Amino acid sequence: MAMMPTASDTVQELSVEELRAKMGTGMEILDPEEHMLLSMGPQHPSTHGVLRLLVELDGETVVNLAPDIGFLHTGVEKNMESKTYTKALVMTDRMDYLSPMSNNLGYILAVEKLLGVEATPRAQVIRVILTELARIASHLVWLGTHALDLAAMSVFLYCFREREYILDIFEMVAGQRMMVSYFRPGGLWRDLPDEFEPAVRNFLDFFPARIGDYEALLKNNPIWVERTKGVGVVSAEDAVAWGLTGPSLRGSGVNWDIRKTQPYCGYEDYTFDVPVAEEGDVYARYRCRIQEFWESMSIIEQALNRLPKGPINIDDRKIVPPPRSELGHSMEAVIHHFKLWTEGFSAPEGYVYQSIESPRGEFACYLRGNGTSKPARVHFRAPSYVNLASLPQMAKNSFVADLVAMIGSIDIVLGEIDR
Amino acid sequence: MERHEFVTDKIKTALPEAIEDIYDFRDERTLIVRADQLKAVCLMLRDDPELAFNFLSDISADDYLPQFPRFAVNYHLYSIPQNHRLRLRVWVEDPDEGPETMKDVWPIATWLEMEVWDLMGVRFAGNTALRRLFLPEDWQGHPLRKDYPLGYEEVQFSFNWEEIDSRKPYAKD
Repeated sequence: MAMMPTASDTVQELSVEELRAKMGTGMEILDPEEHMLLSMGPQHPSTHGVLRLLVELDGETVVNLAPDIGFLHTGVEKNMESKTYTKALVMTDRMDYLSPMSNNLGYILAVEKLLGVEATPRAQVIRVILTELARIASHLVWLGTHALDLAAMSVFLYCFREREYILDIFEMVAGQRMMVSYFRPGGLWRDLPDEFEPAVRNFLDFFPARIGDYEALLKNNPIWVERTKGVGVVSAEDAVAWGLTGPSLRGSGVNWDIRKTQPYCGYEDYTFDVPVAEEGDVYARYRCRIQEFWESMSIIEQALNRLPKGPINIDDRKIVPPPRSELGHSMEAVIHHFKLWTEGFSAPEGYVYQSIESPRGEFACYLRGNGTSKPARVHFRAPSYVNLASLPQMAKNSFVADLVAMIGSIDIVLGEIDR
Repeated sequence: MERHEFVTDKIKTALPEAIEDIYDFRDERTLIVRADQLKAVCLMLRDDPELAFNFLSDISADDYLPQFPRFAVNYHLYSIPQNHRLRLRVWVEDPDEGPETMKDVWPIATWLEMEVWDLMGVRFAGNTALRRLFLPEDWQGHPLRKDYPLGYEEVQFSFNWEEIDSRKPYAKD
């Protein structure tokens, strides 16, 4: 019987067996006599959230390591099964909270694939602009925290200043800095405000100089280079076998970007390069992400220049609710409005898998419809979750101090891992 | 679609028994594979240079309560050299004796199967690492199953802690 927790619970000395059972990671402890067991996290600043690592140490060398996750588990997939397709969207923002636009997009594209509809040209271009801005914002957090982990404080402050500018743009279009829920099945929540384009163009004007600032602080900084070059090396074969995606995979020399190979939202119409580095170490992943700043800026600029006029939503009142202005004089619009916000639209039976290139890698949504207005099963392939699996291989026989650099370099978000 | 046909034909020729059914939806192909042939199919998909499915994207499980077989496990494969996606699906009659683990084919499968076990309760034969990953060690049940209710936990207060505790379902000593 569970006792009511009291303040007098004391810390007890545990044997290795008890410790192992308690730690719940199932990790093989190779030498319980000689080696030290270290529990790193969950309240550790460099684990980027509430990740706990059980580390077996021989002196300063990592012998074995097992991640312990689940501290942020909120049952997103289960919860979505009890909501309509539109209402379930808000759950996706809360997974990868550093790039909610990408999560929205992955889910919405899966819903649209299930329904068999495609967004209007204007909506597609707007989606591209916003997800690329989200990529920059997400990489800025990665760069800032990664540098902070390796003791470069000022980069963090600069990165968050620029990220705040992007979040202001998100607030301008969606009313929210982070939990945007801006992409909707069949289109967007609202059209862009007039201030949007000048704000983004302003960002494109000042951001190159800011990248220069980050580069000046880090690129040839001897401490940074010492801490990152040759650390956490992953070969191309291992990266593929361990399911690494995104910049973490491309840092190992595998040229795979879903925006190129299986384009969505019209990415095939944009000219951009996929940055690839061969070395496979922390520094290579850093180079890939920095290069992605430039590519994302180029995509945003191309998209702004071609932003077509026209409707933002598809012309299907069975999926997209009617505009507010029609509700005053059209009975049909009132009925559609009522039906869509209470019951929602029904999706056909069948299952689809839609993947997109999120800032962290392949973000995919497996969606099964059963003819009702609620999904029968939603499953997310969270890139952070899969990328984390490679950490034990990466960290073996390295110094415990380098572990911090490796965690930073695979760019995990715990909200997405635990879901 | 041509690529889908090519891959399907290739498997049919080499392993005529393996494919039970084919399901096409929105340009995606699903091969419903017999559970005992799954590993042979996976090995062939990975090792044949013309197929080269070297990347396992995802494993997800479905609950089709009240159908029998109740569970289905989906393997989302991708071929980086051939730029081709394919889904394999296996029906699972008994979740405690689920499909064979694919850890020898794609090492990442160990990690992905852990999630399926924790949340859907389908075991993978040969995967010794299965454990509670997202949920606490003493958690009962698998939340993604359709017969698992959402929420509604009775709240315990200090005056009725033991009374409610005695009828509350969870792992007790």
